[in-house]
Amino acid sequence: MSQASADGCGAPAGGAPVTAATDAGTQAVVQGRVTQNGAAVATGYARLLNSGGDFVAEVPLGEDGGFRFFAAPGSWTLRVLAPGNIRAERTVSAQTGKIAQIEVAV
Amino acid sequence: MSRSDVLVDAEWVEAHGGDPGVVLVEVDEDTSAYDKGHIRNAVKIDWKKDLQDPVRRDFVDRAGFDALLSERGISNDDTVVLYGGNNNWFAAYAYWYFKLYGHDKVQLLDGGRKKWELESRELVTEVPQRAKTSYHASEQDSSLRAFRDEVVSAIGGQNLVDVRSPDEFAGRLLAPAHLPQEQAQRGGHIPTAKNVPWSKAADEDGTFKSDDALAAIYGDAGVDFSKDTIAYCRIGERSAHTWFVLHELLGQPNVKNYDGSWTEYGSLVGVPIEVGP
Repeated sequence: MSQASADGCGAPAGGAPVTAATDAGTQAVVQGRVTQNGAAVATGYARLLNSGGDFVAEVPLGEDGGFRFFAAPGSWTLRVLAPGNIRAERTVSAQTGKIAQIEVAV
Repeated sequence: MSRSDVLVDAEWVEAHGGDPGVVLVEVDEDTSAYDKGHIRNAVKIDWKKDLQDPVRRDFVDRAGFDALLSERGISNDDTVVLYGGNNNWFAAYAYWYFKLYGHDKVQLLDGGRKKWELESRELVTEVPQRAKTSYHASEQDSSLRAFRDEVVSAIGGQNLVDVRSPDEFAGRLLAPAHLPQEQAQRGGHIPTAKNVPWSKAADEDGTFKSDDALAAIYGDAGVDFSKDTIAYCRIGERSAHTWFVLHELLGQPNVKNYDGSWTEYGSLVGVPIEVGP
């Protein structure tokens, strides 16, 4: 699984993992899972927008419908896009050293 | 050069993806998505393993590119249609890379893999078998690629377009927010650079905005179209997306991509850096 490094920049499905080297102690993590009728939505995208509504980052959903961002402290909007014109939005507050967990049922 | 020369849509790919002389290529940093399912007839290129030198920080050389394309069954006169994830970042990078090595007919699938998936179009796991070719690349076209000294010289003279997110531009983040935040370089941006995030050029489905909308976005941000331009990001793929917009869609003549980008510039000793918006 890719880590931030000079030779990579892509968004891994579901988001990069939280590891010992990148633990939530130093990061402002926003993560969660997208479900429909209790089942994971495995095809779709999670986008992070800043407080001004501008795009910041996007990851494809993981097999478990999961997504993860390493944000900065502050208020963010999470937008989910999935086949069938499914769209959902949640606002979230991120803090360094905390994992903000968001469950999105669409 | 017009939009139809460099972009195709999903309907075109469905109708012509298997035509002789057309090669679909999925490009990504992580090709596990290809392995799970890809557009019928598409071969894959791994941005890291296939396009980057394994030792030096540089591209594969001309002989390496010849070997790669020959092995993938791509001929010099084929029309190569590129698409990928991450809103076509790596496909746009490959487009720039193919142009750098002189490939004539290259196009991007507008919206890339995302739009294709969101429209529930067919994905298959069958890997096409293509006969090997004997590909001959040209020498790299130096008019498309910027190196660090040229970037430092361009400060205050040429347009420098920083296509990272506003938080990365300001120095609050050192990597896109889908990745852990590294500490290798200083945060900030090249002085006099205009911040026009790559994402301004794309709609939510990953397709490019209209030419008029694109011209307004860069013009309003202070990009002077009468000057030469260098685009950069963190490692050069998001800025390849912007290079595509400025050079291929808007037809600006002198646009270079600085693939060293922030991971190089932000680690250089003694160069000027600005922080803040």
